[in-house]
Amino acid sequence: MTSEMTPKMNDALKQGVAELARSLARKDFTSVELTRAYLERIDQHNPELNAYVTVTGEQALAQAQAADQARAAGTAAPYAGIPFAHKDIFCTSGVRTACGSRMLDNFIAPYDATVVEKMRQAGMVMLGKTNMDEFAMGSSNETSWYGPVKNPWNHTLVPGGSSGGSAAAVAAHLCPAATATDTGGSIRQPASFCGLTGIKPTYGRVSRWGMIAFASSLDQAGVLTRSAEDAAILMQMMSGFDPKDSTSVDVPVPDYLATLDQPLKGLRIGLPKQHFAVGLNPEVEKQIRAALSEFEKQGAVLKEISLDNSHLSVSAYYVLAPAEASANLSRYDGVRFGYRCDKPVDLEDMYKRTRGEGFGDEVKRRIMIGTYALSAGYYDAYYIKAQKVRRLIKDDFDRAFREVDVIMGPTSPHTAFPLGSKTKDPVTMYLEDIYTIAVNLAGLPGLSVPAGLVNGLPIGLQIVGRDFSEAQLLNLAHRFQQATDWHTHTPGV
Amino acid sequence: MAWETVIGLEVHVQLATKSKLFSGSATTFGAEPNTQANVFDLALPGTLPVLNGEALRMAVKFGLAIGAHIGKKSVFDRKNYFYPDLPKGYQTSQLDHPIVGKGSLTITLDDGTSRTIGVTRAHLEEDAGKSLHELFPNDTGIDLNRAGTPLLEIVSEPELRSAKEAVAYLKKLHSLILYLGISDGDMSQGSMRCDANVSVRQQGDSKFGTRAEIKNINSFRFVEKAILIEAQRQIDILEDGGRIIQETRLYDPDRNETRSMRSKEVANDYRYFPEPDLLPVVIDDAFIAAVKTTLPELPDLKSQRFQSHYGLSDYDADVLSADRATADFFEVVANACGDAKLSANWVMGDLQSVLHKSELDIAHSPVSAHALAGLISRIKDNTISSKIAKTVFEAMINGEGSADTIIESKGLKQVTDSGAIEKLIDTIIAANPKQLEQYRSGQDKVFTFFVGQVMKESKGKANPAQVNDILLNKLKK
Amino acid sequence: MALELKDIAYIAHLARLQLGAAEQSEALSRITNILSMIDQMQAVDTAGVEPLAHGFDASQRLRDDVVTETNQRDLLLKLAPSVDQGLFLVPKVLE
Repeated sequence: MTSEMTPKMNDALKQGVAELARSLARKDFTSVELTRAYLERIDQHNPELNAYVTVTGEQALAQAQAADQARAAGTAAPYAGIPFAHKDIFCTSGVRTACGSRMLDNFIAPYDATVVEKMRQAGMVMLGKTNMDEFAMGSSNETSWYGPVKNPWNHTLVPGGSSGGSAAAVAAHLCPAATATDTGGSIRQPASFCGLTGIKPTYGRVSRWGMIAFASSLDQAGVLTRSAEDAAILMQMMSGFDPKDSTSVDVPVPDYLATLDQPLKGLRIGLPKQHFAVGLNPEVEKQIRAALSEFEKQGAVLKEISLDNSHLSVSAYYVLAPAEASANLSRYDGVRFGYRCDKPVDLEDMYKRTRGEGFGDEVKRRIMIGTYALSAGYYDAYYIKAQKVRRLIKDDFDRAFREVDVIMGPTSPHTAFPLGSKTKDPVTMYLEDIYTIAVNLAGLPGLSVPAGLVNGLPIGLQIVGRDFSEAQLLNLAHRFQQATDWHTHTPGV
Repeated sequence: MAWETVIGLEVHVQLATKSKLFSGSATTFGAEPNTQANVFDLALPGTLPVLNGEALRMAVKFGLAIGAHIGKKSVFDRKNYFYPDLPKGYQTSQLDHPIVGKGSLTITLDDGTSRTIGVTRAHLEEDAGKSLHELFPNDTGIDLNRAGTPLLEIVSEPELRSAKEAVAYLKKLHSLILYLGISDGDMSQGSMRCDANVSVRQQGDSKFGTRAEIKNINSFRFVEKAILIEAQRQIDILEDGGRIIQETRLYDPDRNETRSMRSKEVANDYRYFPEPDLLPVVIDDAFIAAVKTTLPELPDLKSQRFQSHYGLSDYDADVLSADRATADFFEVVANACGDAKLSANWVMGDLQSVLHKSELDIAHSPVSAHALAGLISRIKDNTISSKIAKTVFEAMINGEGSADTIIESKGLKQVTDSGAIEKLIDTIIAANPKQLEQYRSGQDKVFTFFVGQVMKESKGKANPAQVNDILLNKLKK
Repeated sequence: MALELKDIAYIAHLARLQLGAAEQSEALSRITNILSMIDQMQAVDTAGVEPLAHGFDASQRLRDDVVTETNQRDLLLKLAPSVDQGLFLVPKVLE
């Protein structure tokens, strides 16, 4: 389908969530028109990018129509009728939820994740489900059963992972915003690679009910958008206490939009010396330093700090996350749902072939690492040791936050890398998340904001705050975006 | 050689909550397969557990009842293994930080002696589903209704020294959980299941022998038989110069033997680690105090009170207080009729044997506590004799009405008119000169002959005490 | 202590993963590399450090003992690869 898009709808596809809300309210176009335009664009570009694994056109149009009717009746919620995409890790009732895995290729979730429920109640229109690393295990979106996603900025590069499909979809304007999840950097690193604003809130801020688990104590849902303001709007929808999730925290959600413009004067910004050390691309460093001076201009004070144990974060993470995953993924046994191998000869054969065939290499590798780390004789040396290191890392942050209000640095040491360049060496792939992983271990909120271009490719500035400081992170990102235009650069597919 | 058996029991008690340990599914027994298993119980992707507060309170209640240390910060762990009736591939249990720590239980043996048995710990965990192996020729069917039902696993110290002690411990535990109302304790439905760790050693040895774990014993009787047969198996092996291997064995009641469950022995590396989907369970003194106020009077204290307040023997007091419903029944009878001793005798004797024969529990007794008290009152005020009372009781069982109605309608009222009794005795003495002669020549035993004759003539209604007195006087003359 | 192929086989069995011979040796070399990266943390002194399970310090919330679920068997059994008479089927388990 290559119907000519009208200039009006072409322009609509460039608008973010906040702007779309105003356009829809002004009746510049209807939600059905907007949704149709997005579906056409997805049709056109998704075969190349592979950002979506499922497109729910009919349902999207039905939701859009309902939103238009509500708007006509004056009963529409403020963001009703705005299209978006869900990472395929969130269970969506009646729609396949595959989590990037052959194991769940036939899994039609019988219930909605809390995040899905909340977005629906806000009247948002789901366009489809986005590609991702299998069970969110990866930093390049190359472990997906549905194939790799291409970076819209350069189709030979990865979009980052694990939320690579969401990032590519938003960057390529196949949706204005998408949900995502982050266990070690899976929102922030793709945000950096694709030139987006990505926020991983404090652990416990967004319900994990219905979000397929990778590592329970680290997983957290967030969003990928084209501006901090859009991120604020979506975080407002998604956040909040959920009695169905024991790790959900009962802390009131502030009005994120209300504080977006607050001045930064007197803000103390900590720069961890470990994040500006060997391994950081000098061009990336230059751009990050330039971005930091923008904050200085607005009255913030920069201060070097030390996160002494940050070099151990990847080590500790690759014990804890696989350990939790090894148990979380035991339920994929071919009994009650999902993939089952053909003609098992006995129970053990069924288990082993179902799991051997249903999981990809990276997932199997992490299950084995986790199984090993928990097995008799190794538990103390690996699992307990890693939990102790986790404490040290958290203590580093606690100490830092006595001196500074937020911590900033590069989200990733470099720009997006070529497809296939790191798949043979898991360790270099794991080191991708060197600046982001400690934030998950400490449970803190982190945000990546576009902060420059290096050789025509986007890079991200990471901002880390205290527990439940999402409003502050969004405020800082917004102020930065008011003063710079990095977030407005698009790959132009 | 004298052998000593060493036993430790692990008892799984299904807690009587309405909903499951971590989900809002019902726990009703006997529902159609898989109708009480929701998305969490089926371990669908993305589902999460939330702890049932009532299960926690029940566990604490049990802990308080055995004088145990209550874990102010307990932690749930994942115990990893694959089995089709374990949907998540791990069981959520408690390893290092159980909700209930060390406590004890005092058991009373048949010879009246008592022993205090240490309870190592008690922890909360999820039950598994059921595997049905016999229904299909090539498949096993899985029913997950039971998956996630809360269990309290109560672990004893290896301080039991005979099958009888093990049974006494189990009965005491059973009585206690019924008292506390934390489980229906129905062993036939699996509400209480027992694994026994059994080893033997030479009397006087301080070291334990190698133990075998006998799984899933589902009645008091089988516990005793399983332990006896397993201990004997071990003794036979040792006396033949063999060695015991540590393993899991299954008791087969049909063949009265235990046999190895080798299939479950392969590589049991459970890889326990703290359940990251749940947070530490922290309870404070106020929580514990609130649970404490819900504790009923427990069997040991009740027995003491029955002795001091009602003047019962310690045996009677123990028997009556072992079961809460029986104890309550007894108290109603005793308070209504004012004679605790007679009440105890009737409840433990005639009533118990009727209930036993008709397989009823005391809550469904055909004679209410007040009706029984009515009968005992008539014995006390000499309206009827104890012997006639049994006749009245039988009629009451048959639903013929209250004691008074029956006594009236059958004319069973005792004769206490001494003039009438005297007349009767005179007639009988006159009719039996030979026996009178014998008595007066020193054959005292003939006295009972006269009593029998009087009672027979009066159709049992003459007051026995009065008959005795008057007869004694008359015969002496 | 170096990981060996038999360790990989044992771990794969514990995790119920079928791995071919080539997969096993690849797993061995890659997991060995990963473990040496992980082992960097062994150098740090953690004596007296309390293990941390979650980034935040909170305690478990309690649910009221209320049945909130209804029978959804028909819907849920549709997800399963093999069912009969309301039961999930697996290859016969021999006790």
